[in-house]
Order: sequence, then C-alpha cells, then structure tokens
Amino acid sequence: MIKTESLKFSYDGRKYFDFPDINLDTGENLLIIGNSGIGKTTLLHLLAGILKPESGSINISGTDISKFSDTELDKFRGDNIGIVFQKPHFISSLTINENLKLAKYLSPSKTSGDAKKILESLNIKDKYQQKPNQLSEGEKQRASIALALINSPNLILADEPTSSLDDFNCDNVIKLLKKQAKDHKAQLIVITHDARLKKHFKNNLNL
Amino acid sequence: MNIFKLSIKNLFYRPLSSLLSLLLLALGVSMISLLVLINSVVQDQMNNNLKGIDMVVGAKGSPLQLILSSVYHVDSPTGNISLKEARSIEKNPMVGNSVPLLYGDNYEGFRIVGTNEKFIELYNLSIENGSFWDDEFEVVVGKKIATKLNLKVGDTFVTSHGLRQTGESHADTPFTVVGITNFSNSVADQLILTSAESVWGVHGDHTHDDEEHDHDEEHDHDEEHDHDEEHDHDEEHDHDDDKEITAMLIKFNSPMNVIQFPRYINENTNLQSAVPSYEISRLFKLFGFGIETINLLAYLIIVVSGISIFITLFNSMKERKYDMALIRTLGGSRLQLSSMLVYEAIVLTISGFILGIILSRLGLVFISSLMESSFNYSLNSYGILNDEFWLLAISILIGLMACLIPSIQVYKMDISKTLSNE
Repeated sequence: MIKTESLKFSYDGRKYFDFPDINLDTGENLLIIGNSGIGKTTLLHLLAGILKPESGSINISGTDISKFSDTELDKFRGDNIGIVFQKPHFISSLTINENLKLAKYLSPSKTSGDAKKILESLNIKDKYQQKPNQLSEGEKQRASIALALINSPNLILADEPTSSLDDFNCDNVIKLLKKQAKDHKAQLIVITHDARLKKHFKNNLNL
Repeated sequence: MNIFKLSIKNLFYRPLSSLLSLLLLALGVSMISLLVLINSVVQDQMNNNLKGIDMVVGAKGSPLQLILSSVYHVDSPTGNISLKEARSIEKNPMVGNSVPLLYGDNYEGFRIVGTNEKFIELYNLSIENGSFWDDEFEVVVGKKIATKLNLKVGDTFVTSHGLRQTGESHADTPFTVVGITNFSNSVADQLILTSAESVWGVHGDHTHDDEEHDHDEEHDHDEEHDHDEEHDHDEEHDHDDDKEITAMLIKFNSPMNVIQFPRYINENTNLQSAVPSYEISRLFKLFGFGIETINLLAYLIIVVSGISIFITLFNSMKERKYDMALIRTLGGSRLQLSSMLVYEAIVLTISGFILGIILSRLGLVFISSLMESSFNYSLNSYGILNDEFWLLAISILIGLMACLIPSIQVYKMDISKTLSNE
C-alpha cells in the first residue's frame, strides 16, 4: 500500500513542485508519466526516501517516512525499497555475486532472497562471478534488477528503465519487471516519459 | 561481505595507485627505521665497549683516533708510549684500574692485542674452550674470529706485521691457540689476545728504529704526521728500558677525576689522554647533521605518500560517485560510506609501514654484512624499537589526515544530485 498526500518539494526555494496524490493498493502497479523537467526524478527520490519532502506525507506499507531522519531513511530504503536506475549502477570493484552480498550486508535486518535463484530467473546465472564491466548492457540491466530485488522489497521503483531500448526490448524489460515484482510480492512504480509503456499499466498518473 | 572487505577490494581494483602510495610510505618508513636501528645498534655497541673505561692514554695525535684504535680497534694506533711512563701513570692515586694494550701484528686482518688479565676482567670474558694464555706465544681467540677462521684449540698460525694482512710475516715465531672465548658482545669477540711479552717477543730481534719505520710505511700518508711528532718523543726514551706499549685504558677511583686528570696528562707529559665518552659524543655530533638530513628527507617522503593517498582517494571519489550513491540507496549509512574511505587509507598506511619495517631489516642485514667485511664489526638487533611505534603512530596519523577531506565530502554527499546527473 502506497499513499502520498499533498506532497510538496522545492530546490533551494526556487523550483517548486506540487505533486498529485498517489493512492495505490497492495498488489497494484503504477506508471508515472511526464515530460523532462516536470519533477519525475524528484518524485522518485521522494518515494525512495532519497529526498525529504517540504510538506505532505509519504506512507509506504503503513509507515510514514516523510518525517524520518537520514539514517532512518537509509535503513528503511535498504529494507523496503528496490531501485532500478535508468543506467545500471554497481560497485565496480566487486563481482555481481559480491554486489548482491554487499546489498544483503547493508540491510541485515531483512531476510534476503537467494542470489542464485534471482540471477537464474533473470537468466544471468552464469555471470555470477564476473565484474560489472564484463557484462553486456542488457546483462547489466538485468543484474541491476537483481540488486533491486535481493532484499525482497515491498516497493520497486524504476527510473526510465526503457528509454534507451527498442520496442522489442522495451516490452521484454517491462514484462520482466512486472513478473519479478509479482513473484516477489512487491509493488512496482515505473517513472518514465516513454509513452510506449502506457499499454502495460492499468494505473497511469500524468504529471 | 562487509565495509572493510569492500575497502580491500577497492584497493585491489586500483592496483597501480595503491602500489604507488604503498611504496612511497614503505620507502619513508624504511629509511627512518633503518636510521633509528643503526643509531641504536651502533650506540649500544659503542657504549657496551666503553664500560669501565674512563680515559685512554696513548701517544700524541688525534684523540678520536686514539679512542677508535684502542677502545673500538678500528683505526690505526697513534703510536707507542714507553712502558716506564705508562707505569708512572698507573701509580697515580687517582687511577683505579689500568689495562695495557700492545699492538703490532695481525692474523688474517684480525688484531693481535698484547695485554694482561685485567683486559679479561674489563670485558668480563670467559673461556668457552681451552684456557687463558700463561706462556709466551699463546693466544686466546675471540668467538667471532674462531667461527669465521675456523680456529680450534691447538691450532698454530703465523702473524703478519702491522694491522693489515699485507704486512711482512713473522714466520719464526708462530702463535698457538690455547683458548676460545665465549661470545661477549664486545670488541673482544673480534680480537686475538695474548700476553704483552708475546708481542715484545715477536718484535724482539728488530731494533727499535726499524720497527717504527715499518710502522710508518704501513700507515696512510695523512697519519704520518702523528707519527712524526711521536718520533721525537720516542728518541727521548731510547736509553730507557726500550719496552713500549701502544695505549692504556684507565678507570678512575672517583668519577670526579675525569675532570682534572686528562688535562694534567696532556699538559705535563708527552702522552696524550682522551676521554672516550667525550670523543664518541663528538663523533655522533659530526654524524648528526647527515643523519638529521636523511631523517628529514624520509619524513618528507612519508608526507608525500600521505598526499599521494589523498589524491588517490580524491580522484577515485569522482570515479566512484555512482558506486557510493548506490551503497546509500541499498541502505548503507553516511558513516558506513565514510568509514570505507578511512579503512582504505588506514590499510594502505599500515601495510606500507609493515613493508617499510621489513625493508629496513633487509637493509640492516645488508649493511651489517658490509660492515663485517670492512671493519670486522657486525650489527644485530632485529626487534621492534620504541621509536618505530612512534613511526607507526605517525603513519596512521598521515593516513587519517589523507582521508579526512574525502571522507567528509562523502559524508555530506547529496545522493539525489549525484543520481540525477546521470
């Protein structure tokens, strides 16, 4: 269950954002669509607890995170939220397996998933012992989904996951994300300007 | 996987810049530690050999040369003094104990010292094998020599004149080894000891003047000056009992005597007196400037290694900003991120320190073997010295300073900005 109310944010008191309320029941996914500069990434960062709102509330699975301290947000994010970035990020000095292990270490209170099973379901089990820079772009994106899933999050946030993909791969990635979210009993929120994704989501929110 | 392991992995991920910082620090640490080691070993050895010697009396010349030759047995003697004069000093009520020393010959570069049982008491020598000498041409061999030249009790050898192997040999008067001393960690380990009579005996068939001439030829030119002075003085005594000794080690009855007695000898006799502790501290002061300079240079290298660690961390922060933002999004705290950089700096400095200590020990082995071949002196002390704990503290401090700014920046990092700049 994800609920935001009269969420407001500003950068240094100059750029103001006033976001529409989100009301998402458990098991539901959401597509947030809008053009560049309209505050899509800001909204994603607010939902992820990377930014703190100026006013309003963010309620994720019954917890209001809008008043949390930085440390509380770090912990909450590690335990409950998985983020899939537009460009996949990893700890470059670690292998894929070690990246997953580090994610487990950083969120110790959470019973995490089986790294091998997750990689297998993403079809990159054989990349287990490789460094991120040895992977192809597609493999990197799937490995970054694994990193978002490893701590069994309640919420998966995906930031422009398809913007650089052709139609065929766009469909594949979004199906994969939806399947993984369903398998892990997580809710999926995709933030994008990519209109191709509209057909995949029942709930659309236009910014 | 934890933050510490992650730091180690990060260091190995940038092997070249890690290696550069490591080597710089190891170089600085090894230089300082080697200086400290040599200083402490040399001072230890020097002081150990000074025990019980308040003053040395010998022929006129350089006081430092007199000390080096008769206390440390490394330089050439300043010349000889007459036994009669030496005896008159011995009788002075201020003199507590005196040990005569008589040089003339060497065997394979090791000095043969004619002396008496007081020398044995002075250096607290004991016999490992055999006995002390009680007849002419019997010698007791220092432990180090016996090991090196493989000498055993009952062996005989022929000595060569002077203090270098190239001297004419005294084939008609062979010496017999009657004893080998226990290891005493003093100069006595590298000396061949015999009675004064033996040395007189070897040189007995030479006339006095001949002997002195041999001496002159054998010394370097710059030392001849000293000998010339001494010639005048020798001639005065030629009509006396022509027995001579090279030097005499003296212990006073009261430590206060060290203030008046050496001056009395220098002003009122043809002999020279030198106070070892004074000459040695003068020698260390001479070395001191060079040692200080190298020391300063070494600390400079350590500071540069700190700067190198700083630059490495600082540059890597730009490369790794997404890595670090990712750690935060995965639930890592600001503190964990900063501690990652601190660990990296500390691991580098501590391993650099350990590498430096190992290098300095290797250097000491090398220098010791070099010294042993040219001075018959060896250095041995491989333990960790107090000064080196200071060096460890300084290294860690440098590491902490190097990671201070990067870790504060990482602590304050705005991950939202970092992530939206992609």
